[in-house]
Amino acid sequence: MGSYVSITEMEQQKMLDAVGVRSLDELYKDVPAEMLLSEGELKLPSGKSELEVRESIGAYAAQNTRFATVLRGAGSYRHYIPAVVKSVISREELVTAYTPYQAEVSQGILQSIYEYQSMICQLFGMDVSNASVYDGCTAAAEAVGMCRDRRRGKALVSACADPQVIETIRTYCFGSGMELALVSEKNGQTDADALKELAGADTACLYIQQPNYYGQMEDAEGLGAIIHEAGGKYIMGVNPIACAVMATPGECGADIAVGEGQPLGLPTSFGGPYLGIMTATQAMMRKLPGRIVGKTSDHDGNVGYVLTLTAREQHIRREKASSNICSNEALCALTAAVYLSAMGAKSLTEAAEQSMAKAHYLAGLLAEAELPLKYEGEYFHEFVTVCESQKAQAILDALEKKGILGGLPVEGGLLWCATEMVSRAKLDETAAIVKEVLAR
Amino acid sequence: MKLIFEKGQEGHGLGLLPECDVPKVSLSRTRRKPPVLPHVSENELTRHYTALAKRVHGMNDGFYPLGSCTMKYNPKINEEMAALPGFTDLHPLQPVETAQGALRVLKETEEAICEITGMDRMTLQPAAGAHGEFTGLLLIKAYHKSRGDFGRTKIIVPDSAHGTNPASSVMAGFTVVNVPSDENGCVDVEALRAAVGPDTAGLMLTNPNTVGIFDKNILEITKIIHEAGGQCYYDGANLNAVMGVVRPGDMGFDVIHVNLHKTFSTPHGGGGPGSGPVGCKAHLAAFLPGPCVEKSDEGLILRKPAQSIGRVRGFYGNFLVVVRALTYIQTLGKEGIPEAAKHAVLNANYMMARLKDSYHMAYDTICMHEFVMNLSELKKETGVSAMDIAKGLLDHGIHPPTMYFPLIVHEALMVEPTETETKDTLDEAIGVFIQLAELARTQPEELLSAPHVTPVGRLDEVGAARKPVLRWTPEEQDI
Amino acid sequence: MNIPAELKYSKTHEWVKMLDETTALIGITDYAQDALGDVVFVDIPEAGDAVTAGESFTDVESVKAVSEVISPVSGEIAEVNEALDEAPELLNQDCYESWIIKVSGITETEELLDAAAYEEYLKTCEEEE
Repeated sequence: MGSYVSITEMEQQKMLDAVGVRSLDELYKDVPAEMLLSEGELKLPSGKSELEVRESIGAYAAQNTRFATVLRGAGSYRHYIPAVVKSVISREELVTAYTPYQAEVSQGILQSIYEYQSMICQLFGMDVSNASVYDGCTAAAEAVGMCRDRRRGKALVSACADPQVIETIRTYCFGSGMELALVSEKNGQTDADALKELAGADTACLYIQQPNYYGQMEDAEGLGAIIHEAGGKYIMGVNPIACAVMATPGECGADIAVGEGQPLGLPTSFGGPYLGIMTATQAMMRKLPGRIVGKTSDHDGNVGYVLTLTAREQHIRREKASSNICSNEALCALTAAVYLSAMGAKSLTEAAEQSMAKAHYLAGLLAEAELPLKYEGEYFHEFVTVCESQKAQAILDALEKKGILGGLPVEGGLLWCATEMVSRAKLDETAAIVKEVLAR
Repeated sequence: MKLIFEKGQEGHGLGLLPECDVPKVSLSRTRRKPPVLPHVSENELTRHYTALAKRVHGMNDGFYPLGSCTMKYNPKINEEMAALPGFTDLHPLQPVETAQGALRVLKETEEAICEITGMDRMTLQPAAGAHGEFTGLLLIKAYHKSRGDFGRTKIIVPDSAHGTNPASSVMAGFTVVNVPSDENGCVDVEALRAAVGPDTAGLMLTNPNTVGIFDKNILEITKIIHEAGGQCYYDGANLNAVMGVVRPGDMGFDVIHVNLHKTFSTPHGGGGPGSGPVGCKAHLAAFLPGPCVEKSDEGLILRKPAQSIGRVRGFYGNFLVVVRALTYIQTLGKEGIPEAAKHAVLNANYMMARLKDSYHMAYDTICMHEFVMNLSELKKETGVSAMDIAKGLLDHGIHPPTMYFPLIVHEALMVEPTETETKDTLDEAIGVFIQLAELARTQPEELLSAPHVTPVGRLDEVGAARKPVLRWTPEEQDI
Repeated sequence: MNIPAELKYSKTHEWVKMLDETTALIGITDYAQDALGDVVFVDIPEAGDAVTAGESFTDVESVKAVSEVISPVSGEIAEVNEALDEAPELLNQDCYESWIIKVSGITETEELLDAAAYEEYLKTCEEEE
């Protein structure tokens, strides 16, 4: 019923005449007849009017619970998104354009990516950023692939990384044939002694996450020194909001730094679209996958921007390319750039500090309510409390009734997260509910 | 135009966050100095991006016949549905009982696209077409491995294929065997027969192929692969020509990907996000990435398939892109989907027919949704290349066709008008194309120096690549 | 097309200049640089690496293409032309002065063409285009 084809019968007839066929169906003469679908054979509902579609899709949206308060992170974080972000990224030129292959009519997109790359390098303390990959998990997997060479085919991955990241790296290794070994966890952090045991002449790289899956701050410099000692590359997966305050990957000696960019102005959106941030040192620039924008000029000396270093990519290198990536998450990269511009260093730092402050405040209240921290180490805005699973479920159920999404059940407890979005009153309320459940 | 870093002043900014209402704490190891980010007011910020947006040719700025990219109109209702807070506010790890609507979106989309493509199951996790290729090839790899068939190490790819096909094959651990195309741009069946063997893992193919022709030998082709023990992969880049008309599953394909950002009208976003769902026949379903949406007595649940290759991305894919695609599928329905395909094909054939006298067609036959012109004669005659014609189109507000692809056609321009353009738009564009062909013969220098009215002229790509400048740096930290 | 008489050539468009029995300079020919267009990057290998006759030891990038450079000899890389790192355009400007690697300890050499034979061979290449 709905349709985006606009053509009159007379126009259609003229066009068919120009082509020299009698009907639309005749255009499919090369398709073996037995294969063609007959009319009505497609088992789909009939098309709908816009009003009906709005009702139908709207009903799906209405079926979901929107939690007023979210105390769960684990790879997806609810931060404040300035109003200007949504306004800018709704500009239809930016939404609807293709990849900026025709630079002369794509300067807006190209410059915005160049600015994005510049901001991300600032935030991560790294030399080079690409224009984005799919998400934080694929960024980590691509980074591991960058480190492989003839002699070094084994990737070490911290067991304290997000399990989804580990699983994605594992899948990519199943493809490429790289070996993967997990560096075990000790007190909620990557075990440096285990790393020393594992790292050797066949080791391509180490991947760690900062802050790690449990919210703990790793000794990122120390772990980097160990892998460098063994001759491997050092990859850090970082939370970009935390980068506003913690020692940057660049300062910690990372060769490659990646991260899930969703916290930078993207809603949690049931998991996507998100943003894969990928950066590297100058020395690894040419191994970066995906698109990269560079500055140049036209013959009149006007400054302009182009996709550059393209000979790395699949459309030129084909089976010799180290990655197949083509489409990326450009609009999400733009979102992050607008977000970072709106926040500026000041508000970004404030968001990071408030997230951390609220997490610590919540952890304190929960400990008072007999829900103690599982790990002793320093943490950012996520932490694990010890709780056996039946009790944990009772807590989550009680919180859900009040519109609060509590911590994520993980082995032996709950993984909580707080950001600047949650007021002190809500944290107090949460702790009171937990206390009440535990007192039952 | 100035960079956003060069605008505003220290001290400009937005008032976004309240005072912190709990005591602050700090890390023992902090960054040495804060990042240098823009300091602009909200007004400066919006003006900057408005100025940037004006320097972009979007779908609504004019005709966009970019071959193999399916630049169709992006309906506004899709955007509104994807912006519903009932979707955007969902945490991906909230209990499934509280996200049944989202799971219904995923399930209904899976079922609809399976119906359109003739597949049995589908994952919506891959974030783009190339990501889908990688995923699909891993399914093939896992399938052979599960049968103890370890010798199948080769993927056959036609020489006309998109670069992602061979690149994905290698990422999935295969070696690539290129097979030549015949004089019609289709698979050379004899060459294919010679290429298959006990080491064949599979074949990757688009149909219609990259020159816009439906390969009529398709059943024979897939049969050759199956008889050799291989699997057939369908690259859905060109599905728009045949959706609702003929199904890849009925052509003999075992696994496919589709591009929601091409065929199913979701916007390209200046390069992404896209979505590249992968569908497969039942014998491959156990290997799909997890989790998949399954029906149960308690409603929809998420479950990892028994022999899953593992996840290829976080969570469940580019969910909001899927919402847009489902909105589109519901709008078109069973009548609108084949209608769109047929009009995409009609529009392409109409343009091709009207341009035949001015441009040399690489394959002069009925095409599908796109056609390829070979400008090497024109170049020899006038010095004007495919690139020059493309740049000339920019001066007329038309986004150029895809240039220099597929590689098997010299000086190629690949034109894909899509079904959402009217006859009037096509007629105007045809007029411009004809005018440029004449200009090439009369005043070639006009085209050699084009474009003339764009914000910048042709840019120095060689300089950009020799001495890469990939970011702005504040003066004090120049490197 | 410039084809110096004193050099030897491979069918994959590399030139070889024998310095003594077991040492040679290797670069790409005028035909190769012309086909590539403006060279933007040479991925220079490391001295000490082994090269094998018939196998690629590096690749050369232009804006629109990338081409592998195949070693016509087996041996060890004694020296690399580091000037190409900063100035890849040297390959366009003077491809016969701008050697890429110096190989020593040569144990095996592919069958190479002399200048006249290479010139003949180029004619067949151009026809194929």
